[in-house]
Amino acid sequence: MTVAPPRTDQANPLAEGLERQPIRPTILTVFGATGDLSRRKLLPAIYNLAHEGALPERFHLVGCSRSDMPHGDFREMARNAIEEFSRRKPDEKVLSKLLEDMRFVGGNFADDSAYDKIAELHGEFDEQAGIVFNRVFYLSTAPTFFPLIVEKLGEHELDSHEGADVRVVIEKPIGTNLAEARELNQRVLAVLDESQVFRIDHYLGKETVQNILALRFANELFEPIWNRNYVDYVQITAAESVGIGSRAGYYDGAGALRDLVQNHMLQLLALLCMEPPVSFSADAIRDEKVKVLHAIHPPDPERVEEMALRARYAEGVVGDEEVRGYLDEDGVAPDSQTPTYAALRLEVDNWRWAGVPIYLRTGKRLARKVTEIAITLKPVPHLAFDHEGSVGVQPNQIVLAVEPNEGVTISLGAKIPGSRMRIRPVNMEFLYGTAFLSESPEAYERLITDAMRGDATLFTRDDEVEAQWTIVDPILAGWDAGRGPVAEYEAGTSGPAEADTLLRPGERWRAI
Amino acid sequence: MSESAAVWSERGTTPAKIDAALRELLKERRAHGERYAPARVLNLVVVADRDWQGEILNRLEGVGRYHASRTIVCAVEDGRDEIDAWASMEAEEDDIVAGRLAVAHEDVVLELGTQHLEHLDRIVDPLVVTDLPTVVWSPHGHPEAVDALLGLAQVVLIDSVTEPSARGALDRAASLAEQAYVVDLAWLRSTPWRERVASTFDPPQWRPELACISGFTVRYCPDSEAAAALLVGWLGNRLGWTPGPLTGEPGSLHGTARGDDGDIAISLEADPSMPIPGLSGVTVETRSGLMLTLDRGAGGLRARRTTTEGEQSWTVLGASRGEAGILGEGIRQALLRDKGYGPALAAAREMICQ
Repeated sequence: MTVAPPRTDQANPLAEGLERQPIRPTILTVFGATGDLSRRKLLPAIYNLAHEGALPERFHLVGCSRSDMPHGDFREMARNAIEEFSRRKPDEKVLSKLLEDMRFVGGNFADDSAYDKIAELHGEFDEQAGIVFNRVFYLSTAPTFFPLIVEKLGEHELDSHEGADVRVVIEKPIGTNLAEARELNQRVLAVLDESQVFRIDHYLGKETVQNILALRFANELFEPIWNRNYVDYVQITAAESVGIGSRAGYYDGAGALRDLVQNHMLQLLALLCMEPPVSFSADAIRDEKVKVLHAIHPPDPERVEEMALRARYAEGVVGDEEVRGYLDEDGVAPDSQTPTYAALRLEVDNWRWAGVPIYLRTGKRLARKVTEIAITLKPVPHLAFDHEGSVGVQPNQIVLAVEPNEGVTISLGAKIPGSRMRIRPVNMEFLYGTAFLSESPEAYERLITDAMRGDATLFTRDDEVEAQWTIVDPILAGWDAGRGPVAEYEAGTSGPAEADTLLRPGERWRAI
Repeated sequence: MSESAAVWSERGTTPAKIDAALRELLKERRAHGERYAPARVLNLVVVADRDWQGEILNRLEGVGRYHASRTIVCAVEDGRDEIDAWASMEAEEDDIVAGRLAVAHEDVVLELGTQHLEHLDRIVDPLVVTDLPTVVWSPHGHPEAVDALLGLAQVVLIDSVTEPSARGALDRAASLAEQAYVVDLAWLRSTPWRERVASTFDPPQWRPELACISGFTVRYCPDSEAAAALLVGWLGNRLGWTPGPLTGEPGSLHGTARGDDGDIAISLEADPSMPIPGLSGVTVETRSGLMLTLDRGAGGLRARRTTTEGEQSWTVLGASRGEAGILGEGIRQALLRDKGYGPALAAAREMICQ
């Protein structure tokens, strides 16, 4: 037994070696606690953390929303949400105990008395426990309320508390353009320090997205070829087979570029292209991601049609279902110019990636749901053998499948059995589902835990968000100015034929 | 979710025939659909008494998603001289119907005699998937079978609470640990308790109390003395205590460990009201007058903190994992490496094996 006795300035000696590190006692205050995101994702995620014993040793949840209700009604709402949306059947004993410690504060988000009540509750929890709880405020509201709530937290001195870490989690979207994102960041950072702000991009909470880092930086195999010398081009696809459903109110104002490209797809691009971080700390990783985003020259709005294409789905058949076109969806204006499909050609102008086109493509009502990154390598420089009578040698591809079947596929040329040297592509396939016993946790479970722990690695920083908007804003400006028509594609297909105009000669989009 | 299975069986068979049958089952399944893939995570070799084979298979079924990708159950029966076997390949029916990737696991049951155990590696070796970690679990004893398999296994799964004596269990664990990585279910039973004790002392205001612990009591199911000893071993090791021997009657052991600031009274007390293997409670006392008690309760652990200023109680949320959950966790841990077990085991043996 050689471990030195603990000192208060040392790490907790009991935590060393534990798979699950302690999280300090925390009060989680959810604004918008009765909303859709809270009911479908947050409350079930919190239950699952409780079930697994992964919440802090002492934990309270305070729900806050505009609809006033007694604590009991909020608990009942939370129970129903957890029972309906939890990924596992709730254990009644755990659920009851979790609900017991929930409180509710009703009131308009501009209403000072709501914040007084929150402060009062926090104080009561501290006093009852004889400790100072950490505070996490989760803003699960409409984006227009984000700055207001943060400013109110500041006015009511809830933005800091002696002896406690105070953090604020902000849901997406962070603005609808660069100016709004900057304004939001400025207003938030006028109250809080950046280290207190946790901007959610739930894509980053997905195991497979984190696996991009593992694939790149835990394997010597890929790094030597991960550059312009070997990579010919990259395609990042986020395709959905569903339409907009009942989200016309949000979607018609946002469109494909804001909905998926500005946040999730640029995150995938950054993770794919970033340099190895000096450590796996939050800022070291985010520093490298921001460098990649800064290396993408903002498009010229006057020439946006040369690098971006927008389209919307027309009626068609998805699977065996006949579906309406976008303009016929409920809640969509008949003259809407909102794209449900966007394809871009970007270039990362640095030593590693200069000259390598990176194509991004996303859309709704496409042939199937798939999210993947396909890296196509350059062709071999010389073929010493004839391959007549076969499809021949194709450039190698490395495909990182994010969903639905998470894995990595590498295409190789292989000899067709027989007396002649004929080649065809074959796949070497690795599927995460076959190689690990564990079920991936829901992204929100991971992100809530990280926010309570203060680990910002999987959250976006202010400069990161602004760098993303810097790329997307000129495209939106060009489109708003009428550059590039809104093409149409039949629902259930791979998208508009016009998307091919973005590709270089000889290139083609991967089949969806 | 229901499962879809392809099954093969043969009396008086050989490892080569079983291996061929497994490959044939895979071909058959692939012929049913393209989105079908065998899991390739780890091999689990189980040595069990044939009379209890059903109970073992039920326990393995209960581990759910932690099911090994290939499980080979060696059901041992006195006097049997031939090997009978059946093999199956199962995937989730829902995945197949929905056209999703269906990940399948393979199960092989070998019914064999005690005379096969000394060279069990020769029988099992052709059946394990090469290049995957192989785990051996022998819940009904048969140490000769485990010894025979140590050449092909990297991990041995044990449960020290099932041995007749804690001392014997810990000695056996230490002996096995010299030859393979040991996953001890008794250690995993203490995981939530280790996490909770660590959490309790994590806030800076409570951290100094770790240096002045004066007493540590562990309450346990009467057959789980080894789990209790491992918990004490862990705490002592992490805090730099010098362990002393625990003495007394079975079910009530007492002793002291020496810390930098004084002695620590250690007690292991059996709790007859505890219905399942594992721990039922812990109490930590410090020289400053703090007493922290954690006990199993509804919906988690019931925590009680007593100081000179009064008493507080709360529930640390968490669902019981149950025996199936513990076994599943044991299989999952076979893919990881827990550096805490070895030092805790060594410290526990110093206290309980003297």
